[in-house]
Amino acid sequence: MENAFTIAAYVVAGILFILSLGGLSGQESAKRAVWYGIVGMAIAVLATLFGPGSGLWLASLVLIAGGAAVGYQLATRVEMTQMPELVAIMHSLVGLAAVFVGFNADLMINYIGDIYAAEGLVMGAVKDDGITAIGLPKEIYDSLSAFGQLIAKKSSVEIGILRVELVLGIWIGAVTFTGSVIAYAKLAGSSSKLPFQVDTAAKKLPGGHFLNAGAAILSVILLAMYLGGSGSWALVLLTIAGLFIGYHLIMGIGGADMPVVVSMLNSYSGWAAAAIGFSLGNDLLIVVGALVGSSGAILSYIMCKAMNRSFVSVILGGFGGPAGEQQAVEGEQIAIDADGVAQALEDADSVIIIPGYGMAVAQAQQNVAELTRRLRAKGKEVRFAIHPVAGRLPGHMNVLLAEAKVPYDIVLEMDEINDDFPDTDVAIVIGSNDIVNPAAQDDPNSPIAGMPVLECWKAKQVFVSKRGQGTGYSGIENPLFFKDNTRMFYGDAKASLDALLTKIS
Amino acid sequence: MKIGAPAEIFEGEARVAMTPDSARQLQKLGHTCLVQSGAGLKAGFTDAAYEEAGVEVVKDAKALYAQAEVVTKVRGPEASEIKMLSEGQTLISFFWPAQHEDDMKTLADKGVRVVAMDMVPRISRAQKMDALSSMANIGGYRAVIEAGNNFGRFFTGQVTAAGKVPPAKVLVVGAGVAGLAAIGTSTSLGAITYAFDVRPEVAEQIESMGAEFVFLEFEEDQTDGAATGGYAAPSSPEFREAQLAKFREMAPDIDIVITTALIPGRDAPVLWTKDMVEMQKPGSVIVDLAAERGGNCELTVKDEKIVTDNGVTIIGYTDLVSRMATQSSTLYATNIRHMLADLTPEKDGVINHNMEDDVIRGATVTFDKEVTFPPPPPKVAAIAAQPKKEAPKELTPEEKRAKEAAEFKAQTKSQVTLLAIGAALVLGVGLIPGMPASFMQHFIVFVLSVFIGFQVIWNVAHSLHTPLMAVTNAISSIIILGALIQIGSSSLLITLLAALGIFMAGVNIFGGFLVTRRMLAMFQKS
Repeated sequence: MENAFTIAAYVVAGILFILSLGGLSGQESAKRAVWYGIVGMAIAVLATLFGPGSGLWLASLVLIAGGAAVGYQLATRVEMTQMPELVAIMHSLVGLAAVFVGFNADLMINYIGDIYAAEGLVMGAVKDDGITAIGLPKEIYDSLSAFGQLIAKKSSVEIGILRVELVLGIWIGAVTFTGSVIAYAKLAGSSSKLPFQVDTAAKKLPGGHFLNAGAAILSVILLAMYLGGSGSWALVLLTIAGLFIGYHLIMGIGGADMPVVVSMLNSYSGWAAAAIGFSLGNDLLIVVGALVGSSGAILSYIMCKAMNRSFVSVILGGFGGPAGEQQAVEGEQIAIDADGVAQALEDADSVIIIPGYGMAVAQAQQNVAELTRRLRAKGKEVRFAIHPVAGRLPGHMNVLLAEAKVPYDIVLEMDEINDDFPDTDVAIVIGSNDIVNPAAQDDPNSPIAGMPVLECWKAKQVFVSKRGQGTGYSGIENPLFFKDNTRMFYGDAKASLDALLTKIS
Repeated sequence: MKIGAPAEIFEGEARVAMTPDSARQLQKLGHTCLVQSGAGLKAGFTDAAYEEAGVEVVKDAKALYAQAEVVTKVRGPEASEIKMLSEGQTLISFFWPAQHEDDMKTLADKGVRVVAMDMVPRISRAQKMDALSSMANIGGYRAVIEAGNNFGRFFTGQVTAAGKVPPAKVLVVGAGVAGLAAIGTSTSLGAITYAFDVRPEVAEQIESMGAEFVFLEFEEDQTDGAATGGYAAPSSPEFREAQLAKFREMAPDIDIVITTALIPGRDAPVLWTKDMVEMQKPGSVIVDLAAERGGNCELTVKDEKIVTDNGVTIIGYTDLVSRMATQSSTLYATNIRHMLADLTPEKDGVINHNMEDDVIRGATVTFDKEVTFPPPPPKVAAIAAQPKKEAPKELTPEEKRAKEAAEFKAQTKSQVTLLAIGAALVLGVGLIPGMPASFMQHFIVFVLSVFIGFQVIWNVAHSLHTPLMAVTNAISSIIILGALIQIGSSSLLITLLAALGIFMAGVNIFGGFLVTRRMLAMFQKS
């Protein structure tokens, strides 16, 4: 720990991590940036493994190799549509690891305390200067592990702070763990590999947020008791309270808000790492934890802004009720068959495709990409409009389209493309609903009023590929479907596009 | 039913209400057709052509009025014709009921049903019988041709061996059917065409025909044409002044002016005043399509072509449509034929004058000895109302600069506030009594890292948010360091927990980085 070389290695690793995140500003630099991350991680792990004070490095290497094998399997087998699930479940691992490491720190404190007691000394007692700890006799000190030595040197104030830090680490880790597991179960739905299934809709136990608040208050009381020296049982209870909050909080949030939830859990896993870093006195952990934490926080903020909702309202679950009488939708939904869509596409010069979660569910991205290729081969301008909250993970649609080999330079953000709709011949909405709902702009009483939406109805013609006439996740009627220039192309997105592709050569 | 078309007796009227072609179609509806001998001659249809189409040619009007059950005409009936109409007969022609109330009363008393072609409501279904539009279309075309006939230069600009010819500049005032037809003709002849209309919603139509809309900067809710069935409504005096000022500005440059501005039921508004004519270049031409209703140009003389002192030709012909009698007869006869098809829904030659039908009800001005004018408003609105469009306000450079300055100020303010709060918090932590320096050292690292994180993450591309989450997930496994430090402990429990931590973090490190690599490799440029 005190080894200068290890710290130097941490500095290098920290810089590499920062560059790794910074490189994600562009698709090309990102390919380089991920290597910075890998190298940084390798340096950090090796420096710790072979640095002073760590034992059992062979066993550690074996464990890492084992983890690598599992990770490799996961990473190579996962379907791109399942990315949200994978990210969620991986967050749970970080959360759990933080809990374990935190508990270890507590155990070690107790252990060191026992050694002090055996020597007839008091742990944390300070010398006359009031700052430096008296410490253990040298031979006992030297026999301790690096972490043990670190704790053995601490004064009582420092140990108090250490305890606060590790409690924070354990508690956030626990919330992250259960929260991520529930988020995974919700995202995976019926394909979940967990032994249990959860309802994907928002669901709360009776008592609602009072239960969460109660658990949080209980946690604070337990923290006070733990600091007061009540022993490890308080820590265990505190962990259980954290686990419960994670479970109950995420259970209360519906499927469509998952982009926020996943990025929030991403943030938590970072804060947990940072808290553990404080308790272990490890600056690299602090640096990385802070980076990850702020990254997740920013992502959550972006997602909330894209839905025009406050972070609190998302976390507390569910859409607020309508603020008043919603405008009734007049007119009827007019259906169209594949021939009609094909004809319109043949005539169109410019096409904008708006994919949503429905495309991911139907696994239709390859068909969309094939349609794009054929239309582009005919010299038509085809572009994609991506709403920030399309899908179940920030940037989910981009990844799916990239997987299907849609060139990323025709995949545009909402702000880049919204002004182009009036000059567009055909807009195709595939499996999205709320993000193209004109009520967000027209109806001040709509629950999604003020949410930025893709103004696809300004295109000359709009085709909506949709399974049926029902409303979307939010249960809000979508006036887009009733507009004069909208035609409904009913059916499973993949089947519909298959039919369409037979008409377009 | 016997359907008859007499010769028009109005001076200079060359059109006829039935052509051999329309007669053939009428016979398919089960009707028999009559035509007065020589009725189609001026429009280029000989008696022989009618006979060939199966039309019975009768020798004079009297015989025709006596036999025909439905009389189809172009112009409204003259007194002599009214005399010849008798009970049970139906007259289909232009009628202008508002201007001919006496005639309407007489005919109603006689028991003649009158269907006025000029009263056909302007709804989509009735477009096929909208004779006003089909005639206006011809009028607009002919206006340009008349102008060209009197204009001494090319319409189109040319660069020839004999020198450069500038293109003619044409201004069309009023973009109704006639105006749009004039715009189309003028642009296809190659002239630079400007067009003006009081209804802002027609700007798009004007531009679609290839002309430039003369934009009037005026702060007033201009009337939406949809409210008045697609026709223009009278404008306010202020608006009119702004309009005239604009024309005055354009007058010296314009070679040909075609005015088509009419307001239903009123005299034509004067839009091209005497001083504008005086400003025009010699050789310029004005064609006034509103001459019949007093003219849009102050100097127009009805039915005449005059040349002003400064050499501007003003054409006030009211028979432009009749000057193209073959074309206009063909179209008008088709309008009549469609009207009769609607009146004969069973195609059995029996007329069913259904007064419940919006179109037929609207056009019928006398029925069962009653005057049925004016008709009730049609059940279907003619044209969907235009949603009010709010043009984004153009900011002046000063306003822009002021706005930018204000934004900058607000930004500075919020940034300084945030910084102050952040600094206060950090200082607050430092002030907690007994806070060990070792903690503060880590705390500094933490705060700076959060700061760097915020700076860096904002730059991440939207499309890379999923890879960002995967990569942050991978590097958050840095927690493995904690477990690695702890695993060497002598306590079995600690070692066990640390081992589990190492394993899980290992899964994450490799899983996270691999999946990020996989995703990033997929992003391809086209």
